[in-house]
Amino acid sequence: MLRFIVRRLLQLIPTLGGLSILLFVWLQRLPGGPEYALLPDDATSEQRAQLRRSLGLDEPITVQYLAFLRRILQGDLGASLQTGRPVLEEFFTRFPATFELAVTAMLIATAVGIPLGYLAARRRGSVLDFAAVGGSLLGICTPVFFLAFILKVVFAERLGWFPSAFRLSPGISRTDLSGFAVLDGLRTGEFDVVADALAHLVLPGLALASIPLAVIVRMTRASVLEVLEEDYVRTANAKGLHRNTVRTRHVMRNAMLPVVTSIGLLTGSLFAGAVLTESVFAFPGIGSFVYAATQTRDYPVLTGFILLIATMYVFINLLVDISYSLLDPRVRAQ
Amino acid sequence: MSSSTPLLAVDELSVVFRGRGSDPEEVRAVDGVSFTLEEGRVTGLVGESGCGKSVTSLALMGLLPDRGVSVGGSAVMRLPGGEADLLKLSQRRMRDLRGSQLAMIFQDPLSSLNPVVPIGRQVTEILRRHRGLRGSKASKEAADLLYRVGIPDPTRRLREYPHQLSGGMRQRALIAMAVACRPRLMIADEPTTALDVTIQAQILELLKDLVTEEGTSLLMITHDLGVVAGLCDDINVLYAGRAVETARRAPLFADPTHPYTVGLLGSIPRLDAPRGEALTPIRGSVNDNIAWTDGCAFAPRCDHYTMECLQGPPQLVTAGAGGGAAAADGGAADRAAGAGHAYRCVNPVRHADVVDRTVLESPAVVGDDEEAQG
Repeated sequence: MLRFIVRRLLQLIPTLGGLSILLFVWLQRLPGGPEYALLPDDATSEQRAQLRRSLGLDEPITVQYLAFLRRILQGDLGASLQTGRPVLEEFFTRFPATFELAVTAMLIATAVGIPLGYLAARRRGSVLDFAAVGGSLLGICTPVFFLAFILKVVFAERLGWFPSAFRLSPGISRTDLSGFAVLDGLRTGEFDVVADALAHLVLPGLALASIPLAVIVRMTRASVLEVLEEDYVRTANAKGLHRNTVRTRHVMRNAMLPVVTSIGLLTGSLFAGAVLTESVFAFPGIGSFVYAATQTRDYPVLTGFILLIATMYVFINLLVDISYSLLDPRVRAQ
Repeated sequence: MSSSTPLLAVDELSVVFRGRGSDPEEVRAVDGVSFTLEEGRVTGLVGESGCGKSVTSLALMGLLPDRGVSVGGSAVMRLPGGEADLLKLSQRRMRDLRGSQLAMIFQDPLSSLNPVVPIGRQVTEILRRHRGLRGSKASKEAADLLYRVGIPDPTRRLREYPHQLSGGMRQRALIAMAVACRPRLMIADEPTTALDVTIQAQILELLKDLVTEEGTSLLMITHDLGVVAGLCDDINVLYAGRAVETARRAPLFADPTHPYTVGLLGSIPRLDAPRGEALTPIRGSVNDNIAWTDGCAFAPRCDHYTMECLQGPPQLVTAGAGGGAAAADGGAADRAAGAGHAYRCVNPVRHADVVDRTVLESPAVVGDDEEAQG
């Protein structure tokens, strides 16, 4: 098992290496650079050239890339062009917020999606089944930023049920231990902070959950339908086991295998999806920061963010593979 | 055999699958099957693929899907609390009976075991459900069960998963689950089809021993007449969803009467046949049926059929009892041995000698009859 984990972590090196090259080429090809974003419109071309020089952007791409690689191996992703602070530091202060949002979205998606998918399969052809399948199609088709916007207008601005922006209401003071508002609140006993932070997570969490929820409903439904036809489910029924035992031990344990894989991939994509959701709700996470970085051509932030997402993907896939081997004895590593 | 009433009396069992949605065509998988099962005996349901034998067993177990299926007739079984019609019991009651009074062994042992649950758990869960055994008590009983069905080193096997066991071992594990609660009736649906020949013999031997030791009745579903000859006391030959011939083992093999039975016996490959002699399959396939309401469903494939065969459904005739066509036959003396021998045919085969192939010779395609593979 350990060898397996180490091997998977070593895969990170070629993955990130290849990705960083692609990124570099891609960013170079983008029209307009930081010299347009950072300097006022009436700046002279002389001033712009000077800024490019000071940022090292006039060097050949290979030299820039090697310099970047050297820094990254020392754990330095460079400094943000907007704030001047190190990119890594910017990420670390914002990561807990995004993490909380992603966890909320995934909890909503799995807690609703798996039971709904199961029921849809069990009552195939019923109104519930049609609603689940149709609803998930709608969920996949609706752009996240559009859904986020609708949720914000209806439930925050019109009905006022939930706050419309930020992570905490103004005037709420919290003791910051780790950056995770909900966890810190639970640890310090500041339950007003917990409640307020959760209220702020509901709408962006729902918006971000829409696509994973839709995918999980469909995956679960299809997988359960397949497993229900399996001989071992018939055997379980032939043994006279209670419905619940058949459902959990024999149907769901097998039906969950492909769903677990897709949950892993979806979790990876959540961090990318957070960019749009966070900016709609002005949620102070990595996503809204990166959204701002795209506006100002903040190369170090963009590069760092994409490398971060790639790393997350590799780690999440590792977790998926480990849990898969725990769930399915047939793929368990020797 | 000790009791006057049979353990299970199946009467006019029918199963109709209704087509769903755009395809509303009905399929009569079982079309009025009647047979009885005596305590402590092995009863065979014999027939080729598609004759309704598996559907019959699933109907008895209450394992047919809830929707799109209608089941008719009755299947009265003697239970601890008195007699009950299995087809009329509630789902809840059937769940209590399955595994404890009725057990089933399926055809493909690998797909019939849950791949992600250890064998031990799959055995103990039935002990817990019906006998209330838990923890170490259940594990010990499970190990004993595995040992009894001939699995060596059972405590280790309990921790293993189905893919770690051999095919024969898996079928033994399934049999252990079936006998775990000493059911009165065990149904085995082609339990040896997916196994090697050497393993087949071992599994049949095991089933035979269990029937002798436990006094369980076994309903053996098979297309393999070798299995029938070695294991079954009473035999029902099914064709197109109906029993066409019912007899004890000896009379059936000595004196097969329905042309379909004669054909099945005739299509067994023989080692003493002259080299190069072609097998004698029954021509056509089970799809070449006519509906039983129009006449004998086997008529299109039968070498003996006359216009008489197409005048309504043939009745079940008791051999040698003086009923209908059988009365004309003079050999009443040797028929006495065949008590309970009945067939559904208006042109029965008299004294068929299955070795005499000229009677059965037909111009059909040779060698592709799956039933002949044994």
